[in-house]
Amino acid sequence: MALTGVLRPGHVALRVLEMEPALNHYVNVLGLTEVTRDKKGRVFLKAWDEHDHHSVVLREADEAGIDYMGWRVDSSATLKKLAADIEASRLCADLEWIPSGEHPATGERFRFTIPTGHVMELFAEKDKLGNNCGTDGQDVNPMPWPEGMHGIAPSRFDHCLLYGDDLDGTVKLFMDVLGFSLAERVMVGPQGSVMLGAFLTCSNKAHDVAFIRQPVKGKFHHASFILGSWEQVLKAGDILSRNKVSIDIGPTRHGITRGETIYFFDPSGNRNEVFAGGYIHYPDKPTITWTEAELGPAIFYHDRKLNEAFLSVFT
Amino acid sequence: MAHQVIIDNTGEVFACGEDCNVLHAMEQLRRKGIPVGCRNGGCGVCKIEVMGGAFAKRKMSRAVVSAEEEARGCVLACKTYPQGDLRVRVVGKMAGAVERALKPNVSSSIGFCWTISSPPPDKET
Repeated sequence: MALTGVLRPGHVALRVLEMEPALNHYVNVLGLTEVTRDKKGRVFLKAWDEHDHHSVVLREADEAGIDYMGWRVDSSATLKKLAADIEASRLCADLEWIPSGEHPATGERFRFTIPTGHVMELFAEKDKLGNNCGTDGQDVNPMPWPEGMHGIAPSRFDHCLLYGDDLDGTVKLFMDVLGFSLAERVMVGPQGSVMLGAFLTCSNKAHDVAFIRQPVKGKFHHASFILGSWEQVLKAGDILSRNKVSIDIGPTRHGITRGETIYFFDPSGNRNEVFAGGYIHYPDKPTITWTEAELGPAIFYHDRKLNEAFLSVFT
Repeated sequence: MAHQVIIDNTGEVFACGEDCNVLHAMEQLRRKGIPVGCRNGGCGVCKIEVMGGAFAKRKMSRAVVSAEEEARGCVLACKTYPQGDLRVRVVGKMAGAVERALKPNVSSSIGFCWTISSPPPDKET
């Protein structure tokens, strides 16, 4: 089965309390590149190996948290089909088309609010800036990585973990309407009958988005960026400490998705992760189940116990 | 100049300079009492009510401190800078953990951090 339909997380739009310290964090420490700013004061950034124009959008606001997450789909025809399918599913609210150009270098986006209260978007067009590795023109005879990388320098924005109430509705939407697979799930309660966590993928990754059932709407746990190795995760820890960044947990490993990870906070309290590893997912891989008794190692494989701040702290 | 911060819930007392936020001073001195979250004004876990004393504050997420709360001295410890001795009470959503820590015999379940069995999906709009 070729990778079609929804291709990947295309952007995440975050609210920050003050833009200047946020940019110092996302550019100088995390190592994203500022691509452009718009008249509203939003700043658009990308990671080095992303070809698309931007993957992170920052907006100064009175509240921290997530505005929306955008997904790149394979074509305009898919965009129209999925928009119609979402409307027909009656699972989402506040459906609207955002005109082309509202995000710079980006085509029209279909926006909708999912059952857990998060705003999602689909889009089919965003200009390709390239990854600056080509030696004889963009994408011709490329170097393995570009000159001038700084900070932690993850290669891509990878996924978000989000908190919300109607997990069943959101999982139904992502699986039945948007074509995602359930790579892993956490089951709790009587006879493990309640899904607490869902790790969903539209690709070969262990997750492209994850949701935890909590009695809130539209909350943000973290945005994650991918590194190439465990050693790079350790070096990220060095860079974070050198810059006195508020570190949450790690470096450690997750049982869920097997990722090697470190968590930290941006200057507005939005949690970031950089991670490496995981595994290759195929659509026919059986769903992995984690039980309530093994929640500790599911989340932190080395400590084997839950950490209250990691679970209760979100924006 | 250092001032004294007294945590009402636990009786903990520690020193905090005017250029240091209350949460950072507590962590630096390896003291406990105020739950530590993002340390950056976003998550609200370190919310305190200042019962007495002068302080300066910096921008906090409105999602976790409303204008009304802020007006009556509810602030985030990570964004609070003492300008005199402070008496504070922990009021953030993890405040229960502070009081539980004083009673080690009370065992905790995972319910303390994740609500594991929500009622059926809420159809609020």
